[in-house]
Amino acid sequence: MTTADATTTRGATLPMSEGGTAARLGRTLRTPGGAVFVLVAVLLVGVVAANPSFGEPGSLIRFIGRTAPIAIAAMGQYFVIVSGEFDLSMGSVVTMQVVIAGNFIGQDESRILPVMLLMLVLGALVGVVNGLATTMLKVPSFIVTLGTMLALSGLVLYLTGGAATGNPVDSFRQIGRGGIEGVPVLDVIPYPAIILLVLAVAAVWLMRRPFGRTLVAVGDNPQAVHLSGSATWWLKTRAFVLSSLAATVAGIILVGYAGVHPSVGQGYEFTAITAVVVGGVVLGGGRGWVLSAAAGAFALELLFTLLNFVGVASTWRDTVQGVIIIVAVAIGARAWQGGRRRRNTEPTTPGAEPRHTGSAPTTPPDPGTT
Amino acid sequence: MNALARLRPTQLTSTGIVYLVLVLVLVLGAVITAASGRNFFSGGNISAILTGTSILGFIAIGQTLVILAGSLDLSVPYVASLASLLGGVTMAGQTGNIPLAVVTALGVAALIGLVNGLVVAYLHVHGFIATLGMGLILAGYLGTTYKGSAGSAPRDFRLIGALNIGPVPLSTIIMLGCAVLVILLLRRTRIGHHLYAVGGNKDVARLSGVRTQPPVVLAHVLCSVLAGMAGLLLLARLSVGSPTIGTQGGYDLMSIAAVVLGGTVLAGGKGNILGTLGGVAIFAVMDNVMSVMQLNAFLQDVVRGLVIVIAVAVYARRNADLRPARFERSGAARHTPAPTTAGGAA
Repeated sequence: MTTADATTTRGATLPMSEGGTAARLGRTLRTPGGAVFVLVAVLLVGVVAANPSFGEPGSLIRFIGRTAPIAIAAMGQYFVIVSGEFDLSMGSVVTMQVVIAGNFIGQDESRILPVMLLMLVLGALVGVVNGLATTMLKVPSFIVTLGTMLALSGLVLYLTGGAATGNPVDSFRQIGRGGIEGVPVLDVIPYPAIILLVLAVAAVWLMRRPFGRTLVAVGDNPQAVHLSGSATWWLKTRAFVLSSLAATVAGIILVGYAGVHPSVGQGYEFTAITAVVVGGVVLGGGRGWVLSAAAGAFALELLFTLLNFVGVASTWRDTVQGVIIIVAVAIGARAWQGGRRRRNTEPTTPGAEPRHTGSAPTTPPDPGTT
Repeated sequence: MNALARLRPTQLTSTGIVYLVLVLVLVLGAVITAASGRNFFSGGNISAILTGTSILGFIAIGQTLVILAGSLDLSVPYVASLASLLGGVTMAGQTGNIPLAVVTALGVAALIGLVNGLVVAYLHVHGFIATLGMGLILAGYLGTTYKGSAGSAPRDFRLIGALNIGPVPLSTIIMLGCAVLVILLLRRTRIGHHLYAVGGNKDVARLSGVRTQPPVVLAHVLCSVLAGMAGLLLLARLSVGSPTIGTQGGYDLMSIAAVVLGGTVLAGGKGNILGTLGGVAIFAVMDNVMSVMQLNAFLQDVVRGLVIVIAVAVYARRNADLRPARFERSGAARHTPAPTTAGGAA
């Protein structure tokens, strides 16, 4: 249907929606944001080949639960990166939340809800500070979030003395550790996997809303968005808030896994950025899909699992990670470039005819728009 | 050269503010130090402050070059660690091995910088990712190969870290020498001017007939070599090479902070070495005052974080005023004094 339209009326469809479902899927998989899903599939096959017991549904779902905090952090970081900024404070937000949970919840179950509320409020506050300093004071976000990273981690280490303190009640740690037991095939569904699913759906929904659309546009061309009447400062501030909230959720899950220690969350910002970049999202903003960022986190974790099973010393993990991100971005840069070139040339060849009716507008054609 | 002539006044004033802040910090430091009953301007204290500038200074000078070219270098701490180890192991306590060790360490550092530069310039990988990746690669190598500190520096080499000429440490003099060489490179050579052009706007530079890759590669090579020199200096001070010495200092992010504190625009194309030296000096004075006050080490980080953001906010505000509103974000702000249309102020 769409193919026929495209050929008869010439240029009636956007290049991105030409062709059948299969052709479009094929084309999507060739973009960096789609290729990461292929990468995940290939790595999964590799891991299962190295260790067949990993392919059982039970251990797969546990793997998803283990990867959930990184994937959630990556989705949060995605919002900031796609709007053209950085969030380096993510790791210290995770640390802060973990320490708060340890110290304020203690062994009192009735405190779980108020303290979680406090954690979310504090997380949002950090996001607001990052966002306002970036947009209102016009400090590059790299520097702002570097500052909040130093300040927050310094404060947390000062207050805790750098040692593990506090141990939250077990029912709180169940959020990260436990799951729904007795499920037929899977045996157990970990709560983190459920949280990840809910947040992924919410993130996709958010990116399809005007907020998400404008956020990507801000990353691509802030001036254009500003001139078309959007409050860019508020958009970016909300992105920073989402990022800090994602770090908060990751922190809540990590308490269950790792317990309370000021070293939990260290380096999380770079892991999250790596995952986002492996997911084909372009640093500098304007390109990429939120689920690709989450898939990037899974690709990284699968890679580490594979290295583990193959028997590579854990000290080489960093090296492999480094090679992977350089290669992924080098290939991605080439692929996005190819896409851009195509977009520039194609609308000019079929002419700038309007999509809907034959009544050609007298306004000058705009070949640059897609 | 017309554009350059117009750029100059802005640069000078921006560096001027850096030094104004430095003077302010100095006065504040002197008052606080005097309040705790010590003399801020005693020979020992000045020497301590200058010693504090040297290592971050080496790395920040290199980082300035890379940032001016529109890239970033996050691999510097690992390069410094690697250089300290290679130097220490090659010297093995023998004075005769010093030249070989220095050449080896700096050669490997240059090679790492070359790879960084080639990946950034020719594979179009963002400098952040390319050097983050290179840093991880080196971290894996260091973690696998070296289980702890290794090698040892002979006494003659340790003198570099210990010798003072008057109140000025030899290491600081070497660092300032490097700074002068880099300033000459930026101001007096063709590739230095091209570096600014490429960092300011790569497309415009390319369309003006500048080959955009060599300046970026050169900046990365020099940055890594300077990080290697910082590693050798650390070796001279500690007399052993250590695989974690670079990361402990947090030199990657602190050097970027010092460069931006020195008034260089993070997006590239604007800034200078003098400002960076001012930024490094501000950090050194702050650290000195905080340790005189015996402030908790973790709280020092809090103060550093706040100062970085506030100081940069002051510059950013100034720059934003100088610029028409439509060039508001750093990404688009590469080129400056556009015609003074009032339309942008909407």
